[in-house]
Amino acid sequence: MTELRGFYTLWFREVKRYLRDRIRIVSSFFQPLLWLVIFGTGVRFSGQIGGLNYQEYIFPGIIGQALLFTSMFMGISVIWDKEFGFMKEILVAPVSRVSIFLGKMIGDSTDALIQGTIVFFLALLLGIKADPITYLAALPVMLLITFGLVSVGLTIASLMGSLESFGAVQSFINLPLFFLSGALFPLTGPGIPEWLQIATRVNPLSYGVDALRTIILGSAWQFPLQPLYVNLGIVAVFDVVMIVIGTWAFSRMK
Amino acid sequence: MTNIIETFKLTKKFNGLTAVDQLDISVESGEIFALLGPNGAGKTTTISMLCTILKPTSGTAKVNGFDIVKESMQVRKSIGIVFQDPSIDDRLTGRENLFMHANLYGVPASEQKNRIDSVLKLVELEDRADDLMRTYSGGMRRRLELARGLIHYPKVLFLDEPTIGLDPQTRDHVWTYIRELKETHDITVVLTTHYMDEADRLSDRIAIMDYGKIIALDTPSELKDTLEGDVVIIKAANPDAVVSLVKEKMGLTQTHKVNGTVEVTVKNGKSMLPRIVDTATQNKIFIESISLREPNLEDVFLHYTGRTIRSDNSREPHGISAIKRRRIR
Repeated sequence: MTELRGFYTLWFREVKRYLRDRIRIVSSFFQPLLWLVIFGTGVRFSGQIGGLNYQEYIFPGIIGQALLFTSMFMGISVIWDKEFGFMKEILVAPVSRVSIFLGKMIGDSTDALIQGTIVFFLALLLGIKADPITYLAALPVMLLITFGLVSVGLTIASLMGSLESFGAVQSFINLPLFFLSGALFPLTGPGIPEWLQIATRVNPLSYGVDALRTIILGSAWQFPLQPLYVNLGIVAVFDVVMIVIGTWAFSRMK
Repeated sequence: MTNIIETFKLTKKFNGLTAVDQLDISVESGEIFALLGPNGAGKTTTISMLCTILKPTSGTAKVNGFDIVKESMQVRKSIGIVFQDPSIDDRLTGRENLFMHANLYGVPASEQKNRIDSVLKLVELEDRADDLMRTYSGGMRRRLELARGLIHYPKVLFLDEPTIGLDPQTRDHVWTYIRELKETHDITVVLTTHYMDEADRLSDRIAIMDYGKIIALDTPSELKDTLEGDVVIIKAANPDAVVSLVKEKMGLTQTHKVNGTVEVTVKNGKSMLPRIVDTATQNKIFIESISLREPNLEDVFLHYTGRTIRSDNSREPHGISAIKRRRIR
Protein backbone atom coordinates (compact mmCIF):
# COMPACT_ATOMS: atom_id res chain seq x y z
CA MET A 1 0.00 0.00 0.00
CA THR A 2 2.78 2.40 0.93
CA GLU A 3 4.56 1.41 -2.27
CA LEU A 4 1.49 2.13 -4.36
CA ARG A 5 0.96 5.47 -2.67
CA GLY A 6 4.64 6.36 -3.18
CA PHE A 7 4.32 5.45 -6.84
CA TYR A 8 1.17 7.51 -7.24
CA THR A 9 2.70 10.51 -5.47
CA LEU A 10 5.72 10.60 -7.73
CA TRP A 11 3.58 10.13 -10.84
CA PHE A 12 1.31 12.94 -9.76
CA ARG A 13 4.23 15.26 -9.11
CA GLU A 14 5.70 14.79 -12.58
CA VAL A 15 2.36 15.48 -14.27
CA LYS A 16 1.53 18.44 -12.07
CA ARG A 17 4.90 20.07 -12.65
CA TYR A 18 4.54 19.53 -16.37
CA LEU A 19 1.04 20.96 -16.64
CA ARG A 20 2.11 23.95 -14.60
CA ASP A 21 4.85 24.76 -17.09
CA ARG A 22 2.76 26.34 -19.85
CA ILE A 23 5.72 27.69 -21.78
CA ARG A 24 7.11 24.19 -22.08
CA ILE A 25 3.84 22.88 -23.45
CA VAL A 26 3.41 25.70 -25.96
CA SER A 27 7.01 25.57 -27.14
CA SER A 28 6.80 21.80 -27.43
CA PHE A 29 4.69 21.72 -30.53
CA PHE A 30 6.66 24.42 -32.29
CA GLN A 31 9.39 22.09 -33.55
CA PRO A 32 7.04 19.38 -34.87
CA LEU A 33 5.10 22.17 -36.56
CA LEU A 34 8.24 23.31 -38.39
CA TRP A 35 8.96 19.78 -39.59
CA LEU A 36 5.41 19.16 -40.73
CA VAL A 37 4.66 22.52 -42.31
CA ILE A 38 7.95 23.73 -43.76
CA PHE A 39 10.02 20.60 -44.24
CA GLY A 40 6.95 18.53 -45.04
CA THR A 41 5.50 20.94 -47.61
CA GLY A 42 8.88 21.51 -49.22
CA VAL A 43 9.65 17.86 -49.74
CA ARG A 44 6.03 17.03 -50.61
CA PHE A 45 6.36 18.81 -53.90
CA SER A 46 9.60 17.09 -54.81
CA GLY A 47 8.16 13.59 -54.88
CA GLN A 48 6.09 10.90 -53.28
CA ILE A 49 6.94 7.95 -51.07
CA GLY A 50 5.14 4.71 -51.83
CA GLY A 51 2.13 6.49 -53.21
CA LEU A 52 1.78 8.75 -50.17
CA ASN A 53 2.33 12.47 -50.13
CA TYR A 54 5.30 13.38 -47.98
CA GLN A 55 3.37 15.12 -45.23
CA GLU A 56 1.28 12.02 -44.74
CA TYR A 57 4.42 9.93 -44.72
CA ILE A 58 6.29 11.90 -42.08
CA PHE A 59 3.28 12.56 -39.87
CA PRO A 60 3.67 9.36 -37.79
CA GLY A 61 7.42 9.98 -37.82
CA ILE A 62 6.98 13.46 -36.36
CA ILE A 63 4.82 12.04 -33.59
CA GLY A 64 7.64 9.57 -32.97
CA GLN A 65 10.10 12.44 -32.92
CA ALA A 66 7.99 14.41 -30.44
CA LEU A 67 7.83 11.34 -28.20
CA LEU A 68 11.57 10.75 -28.56
CA PHE A 69 12.67 14.28 -27.76
CA THR A 70 10.27 14.84 -24.87
CA SER A 71 10.87 11.42 -23.35
CA MET A 72 14.63 11.73 -23.41
CA PHE A 73 14.46 15.29 -22.15
CA MET A 74 12.40 14.19 -19.13
CA GLY A 75 15.58 12.85 -17.56
CA ILE A 76 16.47 16.44 -16.85
CA SER A 77 14.12 16.41 -13.87
CA VAL A 78 16.43 13.88 -12.21
CA ILE A 79 19.44 16.17 -12.70
CA TRP A 80 17.36 19.05 -11.39
CA ASP A 81 16.27 17.09 -8.33
CA LYS A 82 19.85 16.05 -7.63
CA GLU A 83 21.09 19.61 -8.05
CA PHE A 84 18.45 21.16 -5.78
CA GLY A 85 18.54 18.37 -3.25
CA PHE A 86 14.99 17.14 -3.66
CA MET A 87 16.25 13.74 -4.79
CA LYS A 88 17.51 13.14 -1.24
CA GLU A 89 14.02 13.60 0.15
CA ILE A 90 12.74 10.96 -2.26
CA LEU A 91 15.60 8.53 -1.87
CA VAL A 92 15.48 8.49 1.92
CA ALA A 93 11.72 7.86 2.05
CA PRO A 94 10.58 4.38 3.03
CA VAL A 95 9.61 3.53 -0.55
CA SER A 96 11.46 1.02 -2.72
CA ARG A 97 13.58 2.22 -5.60
CA VAL A 98 11.41 0.24 -7.99
CA SER A 99 8.35 2.28 -7.00
CA ILE A 100 10.36 5.49 -7.18
CA PHE A 101 11.60 4.68 -10.66
CA LEU A 102 8.22 3.51 -11.94
CA GLY A 103 6.41 6.52 -10.50
CA LYS A 104 8.79 8.92 -12.12
CA MET A 105 8.96 6.96 -15.37
CA ILE A 106 5.22 6.61 -15.87
CA GLY A 107 4.69 10.22 -14.80
CA ASP A 108 7.17 11.38 -17.44
CA SER A 109 5.60 9.05 -20.00
CA THR A 110 2.24 10.63 -19.28
CA ASP A 111 3.77 14.04 -20.00
CA ALA A 112 5.30 12.77 -23.25
CA LEU A 113 1.95 11.31 -24.20
CA ILE A 114 0.29 14.70 -23.76
CA GLN A 115 2.94 16.07 -26.11
CA GLY A 116 2.30 13.34 -28.68
CA THR A 117 -1.43 14.03 -28.47
CA ILE A 118 -0.88 17.71 -29.16
CA VAL A 119 1.12 16.85 -32.28
CA PHE A 120 -1.55 14.41 -33.40
CA PHE A 121 -4.31 16.98 -33.33
CA LEU A 122 -2.02 19.56 -34.87
CA ALA A 123 -1.95 17.33 -37.91
CA LEU A 124 -5.73 17.46 -38.22
CA LEU A 125 -5.47 21.22 -38.62
CA LEU A 126 -2.97 20.70 -41.43
CA GLY A 127 -5.46 18.61 -43.33
CA ILE A 128 -3.76 15.29 -42.75
CA LYS A 129 -6.52 12.79 -42.54
CA ALA A 130 -6.62 11.17 -39.13
CA ASP A 131 -9.67 10.65 -36.98
CA PRO A 132 -10.30 10.26 -33.24
CA ILE A 133 -10.60 6.49 -33.57
CA THR A 134 -7.16 6.31 -35.14
CA TYR A 135 -5.98 8.39 -32.20
CA LEU A 136 -7.40 5.93 -29.69
CA ALA A 137 -5.66 3.10 -31.52
CA ALA A 138 -2.38 5.01 -31.62
CA LEU A 139 -2.51 5.95 -27.93
CA PRO A 140 -1.32 2.62 -26.43
CA VAL A 141 1.41 2.40 -29.07
CA MET A 142 2.60 5.90 -28.18
CA LEU A 143 2.65 4.94 -24.52
CA LEU A 144 4.63 1.79 -25.29
CA ILE A 145 7.20 3.86 -27.19
CA THR A 146 7.61 6.39 -24.38
CA PHE A 147 8.23 3.84 -21.59
CA GLY A 148 11.51 2.69 -23.07
CA LEU A 149 12.64 6.14 -24.16
CA VAL A 150 11.84 7.79 -20.84
CA SER A 151 13.75 4.98 -19.12
CA VAL A 152 16.77 5.72 -21.31
CA GLY A 153 16.57 9.41 -20.37
CA LEU A 154 16.18 8.66 -16.65
CA THR A 155 19.03 6.14 -16.71
CA ILE A 156 21.41 8.60 -18.36
CA ALA A 157 20.37 11.35 -15.98
CA SER A 158 20.85 9.22 -12.88
CA LEU A 159 24.37 8.34 -14.02
CA MET A 160 25.33 11.90 -15.03
CA GLY A 161 26.54 14.45 -12.56
CA SER A 162 25.63 17.69 -14.28
CA LEU A 163 23.22 19.39 -16.58
CA GLU A 164 25.98 19.96 -19.14
CA SER A 165 27.00 16.33 -19.42
CA PHE A 166 23.36 15.28 -19.64
CA GLY A 167 22.83 17.70 -22.53
CA ALA A 168 25.95 16.50 -24.30
CA VAL A 169 24.96 12.84 -24.09
CA GLN A 170 21.45 13.71 -25.23
CA SER A 171 22.61 15.31 -28.46
CA PHE A 172 24.73 12.22 -29.12
CA ILE A 173 21.71 9.96 -28.84
CA ASN A 174 18.66 11.93 -29.96
CA LEU A 175 19.53 12.87 -33.52
CA PRO A 176 20.98 9.49 -34.58
CA LEU A 177 17.91 7.74 -33.16
CA PHE A 178 15.68 10.21 -34.98
CA PHE A 179 17.46 10.09 -38.37
CA LEU A 180 17.76 6.31 -38.28
CA SER A 181 14.14 5.68 -37.33
CA GLY A 182 12.54 6.05 -40.72
CA ALA A 183 10.67 9.09 -39.45
CA LEU A 184 11.73 11.34 -42.33
CA PHE A 185 12.44 8.88 -45.17
CA PRO A 186 12.07 5.15 -45.68
CA LEU A 187 15.19 3.29 -44.73
CA THR A 188 14.18 -0.15 -45.88
CA GLY A 189 12.85 0.34 -49.38
CA PRO A 190 14.66 -0.62 -52.60
CA GLY A 191 17.96 1.13 -53.31
CA ILE A 192 18.75 1.98 -49.66
CA PRO A 193 22.39 1.07 -48.84
CA GLU A 194 22.94 -2.01 -46.69
CA TRP A 195 24.64 -0.16 -43.80
CA LEU A 196 21.73 2.23 -43.44
CA GLN A 197 19.28 -0.67 -43.37
CA ILE A 198 21.27 -2.40 -40.65
CA ALA A 199 21.48 0.76 -38.56
CA THR A 200 17.73 1.17 -38.86
CA ARG A 201 17.05 -2.33 -37.69
CA VAL A 202 19.21 -1.85 -34.62
CA ASN A 203 17.26 1.25 -33.64
CA PRO A 204 14.28 0.34 -31.42
CA LEU A 205 12.52 3.57 -32.39
CA SER A 206 12.26 2.32 -36.01
CA TYR A 207 9.80 -0.32 -34.90
CA GLY A 208 7.81 2.20 -32.86
CA VAL A 209 7.57 4.63 -35.77
CA ASP A 210 6.70 1.79 -38.13
CA ALA A 211 3.93 0.62 -35.80
CA LEU A 212 2.51 4.14 -35.61
CA ARG A 213 2.65 4.44 -39.38
CA THR A 214 0.83 1.14 -39.85
CA ILE A 215 -1.90 2.22 -37.47
CA ILE A 216 -2.29 5.79 -38.70
CA LEU A 217 -1.96 5.23 -42.44
CA GLY A 218 -3.52 1.77 -42.54
CA SER A 219 -3.28 -0.07 -45.85
CA ALA A 220 -1.94 3.05 -47.57
CA TRP A 221 1.45 2.22 -46.03
CA GLN A 222 2.99 -0.43 -48.26
CA PHE A 223 6.50 -0.95 -46.90
CA PRO A 224 6.19 -1.93 -43.24
CA LEU A 225 9.41 -2.92 -41.49
CA GLN A 226 7.64 -5.78 -39.71
CA PRO A 227 4.05 -6.80 -39.17
CA LEU A 228 2.38 -4.71 -36.47
CA TYR A 229 2.51 -7.33 -33.72
CA VAL A 230 6.23 -7.98 -34.31
CA ASN A 231 6.89 -4.23 -34.15
CA LEU A 232 5.01 -3.95 -30.88
CA GLY A 233 6.74 -7.04 -29.47
CA ILE A 234 10.17 -5.59 -30.18
CA VAL A 235 9.23 -2.25 -28.58
CA ALA A 236 7.85 -4.07 -25.53
CA VAL A 237 11.06 -6.07 -25.09
CA PHE A 238 13.06 -2.84 -25.37
CA ASP A 239 10.82 -1.29 -22.68
CA VAL A 240 11.33 -4.15 -20.27
CA VAL A 241 15.11 -4.13 -20.74
CA MET A 242 15.29 -0.38 -20.23
CA ILE A 243 13.02 -0.44 -17.18
CA VAL A 244 15.26 -3.06 -15.57
CA ILE A 245 18.38 -1.04 -16.37
CA GLY A 246 16.71 2.17 -15.15
CA THR A 247 15.66 0.61 -11.85
CA TRP A 248 19.20 -0.63 -11.40
CA ALA A 249 20.58 2.85 -12.12
CA PHE A 250 18.18 4.39 -9.59
CA SER A 251 19.02 1.86 -6.92
CA ARG A 252 22.69 2.78 -7.01
CA MET A 253 22.01 6.50 -6.85
CA LYS A 254 23.05 8.17 -3.58
CA MET B 1 15.89 5.79 30.10
CA THR B 2 16.15 3.61 27.04
CA ASN B 3 18.58 4.22 24.26
CA ILE B 4 16.85 4.99 20.99
CA ILE B 5 20.13 5.12 19.07
CA GLU B 6 23.18 2.99 19.69
CA THR B 7 26.23 2.77 17.47
CA PHE B 8 28.67 -0.11 17.51
CA LYS B 9 32.16 0.78 16.23
CA LEU B 10 30.48 2.70 13.40
CA THR B 11 33.12 3.49 10.78
CA LYS B 12 33.11 5.15 7.37
CA LYS B 13 36.12 5.51 5.11
CA PHE B 14 36.27 7.46 1.86
CA ASN B 15 39.21 6.47 -0.34
CA GLY B 16 41.35 5.63 2.66
CA LEU B 17 40.37 8.76 4.58
CA THR B 18 38.56 7.84 7.78
CA ALA B 19 35.60 10.18 8.12
CA VAL B 20 34.02 8.39 11.08
CA ASP B 21 36.28 6.31 13.28
CA GLN B 22 34.82 3.44 15.36
CA LEU B 23 32.07 5.54 16.85
CA ASP B 24 30.36 4.21 19.99
CA ILE B 25 27.60 6.50 21.16
CA SER B 26 24.14 6.08 22.56
CA VAL B 27 21.33 8.58 22.47
CA GLU B 28 18.61 8.42 25.10
CA SER B 29 14.98 8.44 24.16
CA GLY B 30 13.51 11.93 24.37
CA GLU B 31 16.69 13.97 24.55
CA ILE B 32 18.16 16.57 22.26
CA PHE B 33 21.58 15.32 21.33
CA ALA B 34 24.09 17.53 19.54
CA LEU B 35 27.08 16.50 17.49
CA LEU B 36 29.36 19.49 17.69
CA GLY B 37 32.51 19.89 15.68
CA PRO B 38 34.25 21.80 12.90
CA ASN B 39 33.48 21.21 9.23
CA GLY B 40 34.89 17.85 8.21
CA ALA B 41 34.68 16.33 11.67
CA GLY B 42 32.39 13.56 10.39
CA LYS B 43 29.07 14.79 11.75
CA THR B 44 27.12 14.70 8.50
CA THR B 45 28.68 11.35 7.58
CA THR B 46 27.54 9.96 10.94
CA ILE B 47 23.99 11.22 10.42
CA SER B 48 23.94 9.94 6.84
CA MET B 49 24.79 6.47 8.08
CA LEU B 50 22.15 6.60 10.81
CA CYS B 51 19.60 7.68 8.18
CA THR B 52 20.65 4.75 5.93
CA ILE B 53 21.78 7.08 3.14
CA LEU B 54 25.37 5.86 3.44
CA LYS B 55 26.45 2.33 4.22
CA PRO B 56 29.07 2.03 6.98
CA THR B 57 32.48 0.66 5.98
CA SER B 58 32.40 -1.38 9.17
CA GLY B 59 30.43 -1.50 12.39
CA THR B 60 26.74 -0.76 12.60
CA ALA B 61 24.08 1.05 14.60
CA LYS B 62 20.56 0.62 15.83
CA VAL B 63 17.90 3.28 15.46
CA ASN B 64 14.59 2.71 17.23
CA GLY B 65 15.70 -0.91 17.69
CA PHE B 66 16.33 -1.52 13.97
CA ASP B 67 19.68 -2.24 12.38
CA ILE B 68 20.68 0.49 9.92
CA VAL B 69 22.21 -2.00 7.49
CA LYS B 70 19.83 -4.94 7.66
CA GLU B 71 16.56 -3.18 8.42
CA SER B 72 16.98 0.09 6.58
CA MET B 73 13.32 0.31 5.53
CA GLN B 74 12.19 0.07 9.19
CA VAL B 75 14.77 2.68 10.17
CA ARG B 76 13.50 5.00 7.44
CA LYS B 77 9.97 4.70 8.76
CA SER B 78 11.15 5.66 12.25
CA ILE B 79 13.01 8.83 11.38
CA GLY B 80 12.59 12.32 10.00
CA ILE B 81 15.43 14.26 8.46
CA VAL B 82 16.17 17.88 7.74
CA PHE B 83 19.17 17.88 5.46
CA GLN B 84 21.97 20.41 5.54
CA ASP B 85 21.23 21.42 1.94
CA PRO B 86 17.76 22.46 0.88
CA SER B 87 15.64 19.52 -0.30
CA ILE B 88 12.26 20.87 -1.34
CA ASP B 89 10.56 21.00 -4.72
CA ASP B 90 10.33 24.73 -5.30
CA ARG B 91 7.96 24.32 -8.26
CA LEU B 92 5.34 23.00 -5.89
CA THR B 93 3.57 24.87 -3.12
CA GLY B 94 4.47 24.37 0.51
CA ARG B 95 1.32 22.37 1.09
CA GLU B 96 1.98 20.17 -1.95
CA ASN B 97 5.45 19.40 -0.66
CA LEU B 98 3.93 18.36 2.65
CA PHE B 99 1.25 16.20 1.03
CA MET B 100 3.88 14.48 -1.03
CA HIS B 101 5.95 13.73 2.02
CA ALA B 102 2.91 12.41 3.89
CA ASN B 103 2.20 10.03 1.02
CA LEU B 104 5.80 8.87 0.74
CA TYR B 105 5.81 8.06 4.44
CA GLY B 106 2.45 6.31 4.40
CA VAL B 107 0.48 8.74 6.57
CA PRO B 108 -3.17 7.60 6.38
CA ALA B 109 -5.10 9.76 3.89
CA SER B 110 -7.75 10.60 6.47
CA GLU B 111 -5.16 12.15 8.80
CA GLN B 112 -3.07 13.99 6.25
CA LYS B 113 -4.99 17.24 6.16
CA ASN B 114 -5.09 17.65 9.94
CA ARG B 115 -1.44 16.85 10.43
CA ILE B 116 -0.39 19.20 7.64
CA ASP B 117 -2.48 22.02 9.05
CA SER B 118 -1.01 21.54 12.49
CA VAL B 119 2.63 21.47 11.38
CA LEU B 120 2.03 24.53 9.20
CA LYS B 121 0.69 26.27 12.26
CA LEU B 122 3.67 25.18 14.29
CA VAL B 123 6.11 26.85 11.89
CA GLU B 124 3.76 29.79 11.23
CA LEU B 125 3.47 29.26 7.51
CA GLU B 126 -0.32 28.83 7.20
CA ASP B 127 -0.82 31.96 5.14
CA ARG B 128 1.93 31.08 2.66
CA ALA B 129 1.17 27.37 2.37
CA ASP B 130 -0.44 27.63 -1.06
CA ASP B 131 2.30 29.73 -2.66
CA LEU B 132 4.95 28.13 -4.82
CA MET B 133 8.01 27.51 -2.70
CA ARG B 134 10.26 29.37 -5.10
CA THR B 135 8.74 32.54 -3.65
CA TYR B 136 9.78 31.58 -0.09
CA SER B 137 12.73 33.14 1.73
CA GLY B 138 15.57 30.95 2.99
CA GLY B 139 14.18 30.99 6.52
CA MET B 140 10.70 30.04 5.38
CA ARG B 141 12.05 27.13 3.35
CA ARG B 142 13.94 25.94 6.38
CA ARG B 143 10.84 26.12 8.55
CA LEU B 144 8.85 24.18 5.98
CA GLU B 145 11.54 21.51 5.94
CA LEU B 146 11.30 21.28 9.70
CA ALA B 147 7.53 20.95 9.47
CA ARG B 148 7.90 18.29 6.81
CA GLY B 149 10.18 16.23 9.01
CA LEU B 150 7.36 15.96 11.56
CA ILE B 151 4.32 14.97 9.50
CA HIS B 152 4.85 11.25 9.86
CA TYR B 153 5.46 11.44 13.65
CA PRO B 154 9.05 10.22 13.57
CA LYS B 155 10.61 8.68 16.66
CA VAL B 156 13.89 10.41 15.90
CA LEU B 157 14.32 13.70 14.09
CA PHE B 158 17.73 14.32 12.54
CA LEU B 159 18.67 17.94 11.92
CA ASP B 160 21.84 18.49 9.95
CA GLU B 161 23.03 22.02 10.62
CA PRO B 162 19.46 23.25 11.11
CA THR B 163 20.23 26.96 11.14
CA ILE B 164 23.15 27.26 8.73
CA GLY B 165 22.90 30.42 6.67
CA LEU B 166 19.91 31.82 8.58
CA ASP B 167 19.71 35.31 10.07
CA PRO B 168 19.88 35.61 13.87
CA GLN B 169 16.16 36.21 14.28
CA THR B 170 15.18 33.16 12.24
CA ARG B 171 17.75 31.06 14.06
CA ASP B 172 16.14 32.05 17.30
CA HIS B 173 12.72 31.03 15.93
CA VAL B 174 14.01 27.66 14.75
CA TRP B 175 15.55 26.98 18.15
CA THR B 176 12.26 27.73 19.84
CA TYR B 177 10.45 25.35 17.47
CA ILE B 178 12.89 22.55 18.10
CA ARG B 179 12.50 22.93 21.86
CA GLU B 180 8.72 22.98 21.54
CA LEU B 181 8.79 19.92 19.33
CA LYS B 182 10.65 17.94 21.85
CA GLU B 183 8.15 18.85 24.53
CA THR B 184 4.94 18.45 22.54
CA HIS B 185 5.75 15.51 20.27
CA ASP B 186 7.81 13.28 22.52
CA ILE B 187 10.56 12.79 19.96
CA THR B 188 14.30 12.46 20.14
CA VAL B 189 16.28 15.08 18.27
CA VAL B 190 19.79 14.53 16.97
CA LEU B 191 21.39 17.61 15.48
CA THR B 192 24.75 18.50 14.08
CA THR B 193 26.15 21.96 14.36
CA HIS B 194 29.36 23.89 14.33
CA TYR B 195 27.76 26.76 16.19
CA MET B 196 28.71 26.71 19.84
CA ASP B 197 25.73 28.79 20.92
CA GLU B 198 23.36 26.46 19.11
CA ALA B 199 24.66 23.37 20.87
CA ASP B 200 24.70 25.21 24.17
CA ARG B 201 21.16 26.57 23.99
CA LEU B 202 19.42 23.61 22.43
CA SER B 203 20.85 20.36 23.58
CA ASP B 204 20.59 18.16 26.63
CA ARG B 205 23.88 16.47 25.81
CA ILE B 206 26.71 17.38 23.48
CA ALA B 207 29.20 15.09 21.80
CA ILE B 208 32.23 17.02 20.63
CA MET B 209 33.50 15.43 17.46
CA ASP B 210 36.83 15.92 15.76
CA TYR B 211 38.52 13.89 13.02
CA GLY B 212 35.80 11.25 13.12
CA LYS B 213 36.02 10.63 16.87
CA ILE B 214 34.08 11.73 19.92
CA ILE B 215 36.50 13.58 22.15
CA ALA B 216 34.05 14.61 24.86
CA LEU B 217 30.43 13.85 25.67
CA ASP B 218 28.34 15.43 28.40
CA THR B 219 25.74 18.04 29.23
CA PRO B 220 26.66 21.61 28.24
CA SER B 221 27.14 22.67 31.84
CA GLU B 222 29.21 19.61 32.77
CA LEU B 223 31.42 20.20 29.76
CA LYS B 224 32.01 23.78 30.84
CA ASP B 225 32.67 22.63 34.41
CA THR B 226 35.45 20.32 33.22
CA LEU B 227 37.36 23.49 32.52
CA GLU B 228 37.29 24.15 36.26
CA GLY B 229 37.15 27.88 36.38
CA ASP B 230 37.50 31.08 34.47
CA VAL B 231 39.17 32.25 31.35
CA VAL B 232 41.75 35.01 31.63
CA ILE B 233 42.27 36.98 28.44
CA ILE B 234 45.58 38.77 28.03
CA LYS B 235 46.37 41.24 25.28
CA ALA B 236 50.06 41.91 24.71
CA ALA B 237 52.40 43.10 21.98
CA ASN B 238 54.21 39.78 22.10
CA PRO B 239 51.64 37.05 22.84
CA ASP B 240 54.14 34.22 22.31
CA ALA B 241 56.30 35.56 25.12
CA VAL B 242 53.25 35.72 27.37
CA VAL B 243 52.31 32.11 26.54
CA SER B 244 55.74 30.75 27.41
CA LEU B 245 55.92 32.92 30.53
CA VAL B 246 52.54 31.78 31.88
CA LYS B 247 53.17 28.17 30.99
CA GLU B 248 56.74 27.84 32.20
CA LYS B 249 57.10 30.34 35.03
CA MET B 250 53.61 29.94 36.47
CA GLY B 251 52.85 26.33 35.52
CA LEU B 252 49.47 27.13 33.95
CA THR B 253 49.24 24.52 31.21
CA GLN B 254 45.78 25.50 29.91
CA THR B 255 47.19 28.39 27.93
CA HIS B 256 46.43 29.02 24.27
CA LYS B 257 47.01 31.75 21.77
CA VAL B 258 43.66 32.68 20.19
CA ASN B 259 43.48 35.27 17.43
CA GLY B 260 46.47 37.24 18.71
CA THR B 261 45.42 37.22 22.37
CA VAL B 262 46.34 34.77 25.06
CA GLU B 263 43.68 32.79 26.90
CA VAL B 264 44.44 31.05 30.17
CA THR B 265 41.98 28.77 31.91
CA VAL B 266 42.44 28.88 35.66
CA LYS B 267 40.57 27.82 38.78
CA ASN B 268 40.31 31.12 40.56
CA GLY B 269 40.56 33.83 37.98
CA LYS B 270 40.16 36.81 40.28
CA SER B 271 43.21 36.07 42.40
CA MET B 272 45.19 34.99 39.36
CA LEU B 273 44.91 38.35 37.58
CA PRO B 274 47.37 40.34 39.77
CA ARG B 275 49.81 37.42 39.91
CA ILE B 276 49.97 37.20 36.12
CA VAL B 277 50.54 40.96 35.86
CA ASP B 278 53.27 40.83 38.55
CA THR B 279 55.12 37.97 36.92
CA ALA B 280 54.96 39.68 33.56
CA THR B 281 56.34 42.91 34.98
CA GLN B 282 59.19 41.08 36.72
CA ASN B 283 60.12 39.47 33.39
CA LYS B 284 59.82 42.78 31.58
CA ILE B 285 56.89 41.70 29.43
CA PHE B 286 54.40 44.45 28.75
CA ILE B 287 50.70 43.56 29.06
CA GLU B 288 48.26 45.88 27.27
CA SER B 289 45.10 44.65 28.93
CA ILE B 290 43.81 41.73 30.96
CA SER B 291 40.25 40.56 31.57
CA LEU B 292 38.20 37.68 32.91
CA ARG B 293 35.14 35.77 31.64
CA GLU B 294 33.09 32.65 32.22
CA PRO B 295 34.10 29.67 30.09
CA ASN B 296 31.97 28.80 27.05
CA LEU B 297 31.84 25.78 24.73
CA GLU B 298 34.39 27.39 22.47
CA ASP B 299 36.85 27.05 25.35
CA VAL B 300 35.80 23.44 25.85
CA PHE B 301 36.58 22.72 22.24
CA LEU B 302 39.89 24.51 22.49
CA HIS B 303 40.66 22.57 25.66
CA TYR B 304 40.12 19.19 24.00
CA THR B 305 41.57 19.86 20.57
CA GLY B 306 44.05 22.68 21.04
CA ARG B 307 42.30 24.46 18.17
CA THR B 308 39.40 26.84 17.84
CA ILE B 309 36.41 25.40 16.04
CA ARG B 310 36.67 27.94 13.22
CA SER B 311 40.34 27.55 12.50
CA ASP B 312 39.96 24.50 10.28
CA ASN B 313 37.48 24.98 7.50
CA SER B 314 39.32 23.36 4.67
CA ARG B 315 38.59 19.69 5.17
CA GLU B 316 35.02 19.56 3.99
CA PRO B 317 34.58 21.28 0.64
CA HIS B 318 31.06 19.85 0.57
CA GLY B 319 30.00 21.91 3.54
CA ILE B 320 31.40 25.08 2.09
CA SER B 321 29.78 24.59 -1.28
CA ALA B 322 26.51 24.05 0.51
CA ILE B 323 26.81 27.42 2.18
CA LYS B 324 27.68 29.06 -1.11
CA ARG B 325 24.71 27.45 -2.80
CA ARG B 326 22.42 28.84 -0.16
CA ARG B 327 23.78 32.30 -0.71
CA ILE B 328 23.15 32.24 -4.42
CA ARG B 329 19.45 31.63 -3.99
